[in-house]
Amino acid sequence: MDFDFNLLIDAIVAGLLLGGFYAAVTAGISIAFGMLDIVNIAHPAFVILGSYIAYFFSVSFGIDPIVVSIIALPAFYALGWMIYQIYYLSFERRGQEALRGLAFFFGLLFVTEVTLILTFGVDYRYVEAAYIGPSLHLGSIELPYRLLVPCLVALALFTAIQMFVTRTFIGRAIMAVSQDQLALQLMAADPIRIKRIAFAISIATASVAGALLIVIQPVEPSVGRDYIGRVFAICVLGGLGSMPGTLIAALLLGVVESLTSTFYGPSWSPAVAFGFLLLTLAFRPAGLMGR
Amino acid sequence: MNNTMFAVAATAVAIAVLAFAHALGVDYFYFAGYTILQFIVLSTAWNILGGYCGYVNFGTAAFFAMGAYSSVFIHKLYPLPIPFLIVIGAIVSGIVGFGMGYLTLRLRGAFFSIATLAMAVVLQTLVVNWDYVGGSRGAYVIHPENLEFGALSVHYIEYLFVLMLALAVLALVTARTIERSQLGYGFATIRDDELAAESCGVPTLRLKLIATTLSGAFMGMAGAPFPYYIGYLQPQSAFALDYAVNSIAMPMIGGTTSWVGPLVGTIVLGSAQQYATVTISSAVNLLIVGLMLVGFVIIAPNGLIGLVQKRFRRQP
Repeated sequence: MDFDFNLLIDAIVAGLLLGGFYAAVTAGISIAFGMLDIVNIAHPAFVILGSYIAYFFSVSFGIDPIVVSIIALPAFYALGWMIYQIYYLSFERRGQEALRGLAFFFGLLFVTEVTLILTFGVDYRYVEAAYIGPSLHLGSIELPYRLLVPCLVALALFTAIQMFVTRTFIGRAIMAVSQDQLALQLMAADPIRIKRIAFAISIATASVAGALLIVIQPVEPSVGRDYIGRVFAICVLGGLGSMPGTLIAALLLGVVESLTSTFYGPSWSPAVAFGFLLLTLAFRPAGLMGR
Repeated sequence: MNNTMFAVAATAVAIAVLAFAHALGVDYFYFAGYTILQFIVLSTAWNILGGYCGYVNFGTAAFFAMGAYSSVFIHKLYPLPIPFLIVIGAIVSGIVGFGMGYLTLRLRGAFFSIATLAMAVVLQTLVVNWDYVGGSRGAYVIHPENLEFGALSVHYIEYLFVLMLALAVLALVTARTIERSQLGYGFATIRDDELAAESCGVPTLRLKLIATTLSGAFMGMAGAPFPYYIGYLQPQSAFALDYAVNSIAMPMIGGTTSWVGPLVGTIVLGSAQQYATVTISSAVNLLIVGLMLVGFVIIAPNGLIGLVQKRFRRQP
């Protein structure tokens, strides 16, 4: 097989850009699953919901999809707040999160998906924006803005979350709750309130991630399922609750997937995430940067 | 009632159902009944791991499709009678269940659930890329109109119905036997407090592996006759998320702690779905399943059985 060096470079660059975007999708899971121990498998469905909201407002009113997603942040925050409240009252307080809590999120995933199908149909939807189409050329390397812009927005989002959890009071309280909930109570802080805020933030990130997704590729309601394996693979590979680990794992998965789809064909790329997940669970369950 | 008695009683009920269906003589009853029986097997199988051990399997569709695709594979290689295919489907899905369990069950339960969810996506990728079993185009499985057993000529759908009826009886008898055996008590200790069970000397990993293998094997059995039922098997229909959501929703709605729960849940939800699919639309019917699942886990944690038990306990 003759080896094309440019093809390799292009695949790696595209993978890194894609990986940045994966980091944005995983950020919410990293907070919910990694820090709060809430197995929110419905997260990708909320990302798709974000995509459709971005799609709806950008097609109806001509607003940029990413701007729409930032305007929609408070709505997603409120949604997350409500979901955590139900989850806490019905499952976590009764110690039933393992079986019924999971079934609850699975039900939410399903209801969200079917509702989107009933509202928008199963056709692929896409958005128009000035940065979809042209590319930035750096020497022989081509950087499509369609991937570059989402990657930069994702990195900005990721940095903001990292700054928030390490620098602010609430953020540190979230880290504390992930380490020892009882100790937080002894410090006269309400762990449930902190968890509610953290979960609300995790759902809010789905709004931005959804808008980025629809910029990168056309979206239909069941696309979210492909991301379930990916986001959890990234989250586990990175080490639960570690934001830098999540970023590294996301970039790694992006590159490996991109190489796989360039050299073996795009229909194989969903298998990569699963391979990562199984290998991580079998050999290093703590992940790359796990405690 | 001891296990043998129960097996005899279950078989008697099955024969009564068959006699009723035969007397009715409507083909649609066989088609609808087959689907409901198939879900009895799937939800009972799910419940062996989910209800008894407390481990959530999201990959029902994957195990089911594996059974279905092993049938397609064998059918293309050398057509065997369906009972053999059921055994093969059980072996294939059981082995995959064992492997998945071995890799992920030593960790927290959530990892197993996530892995099963991801597995469905990956197996679908494999099947889509595998041309021998039809790839993304799907595969046709042609079956004869009637089957001849000596002088007896049986309509094919009736034959499939009888097979699925037998599988449902087998699944229910197995589930009930497990429930009342040492194995079942071991499972219950895992569900209630795994750490305490482990420290008391319960071999939790071995028990969990037994549960995963059995559960997977039954799902594979349910899938094996499916290509013959549907006639044309596509990856999308074999891996449909409906199987996963239904096989979780049915035990959850019925009640997860005993074999009655999945049975009741399947009959209630399965019949409602057959009705809704015919009268409204299949998308709306899935929405109803999802909403019922969410509603039941919040409001009635022990399902319909739990509601009934609560009522009787309050009025002594």
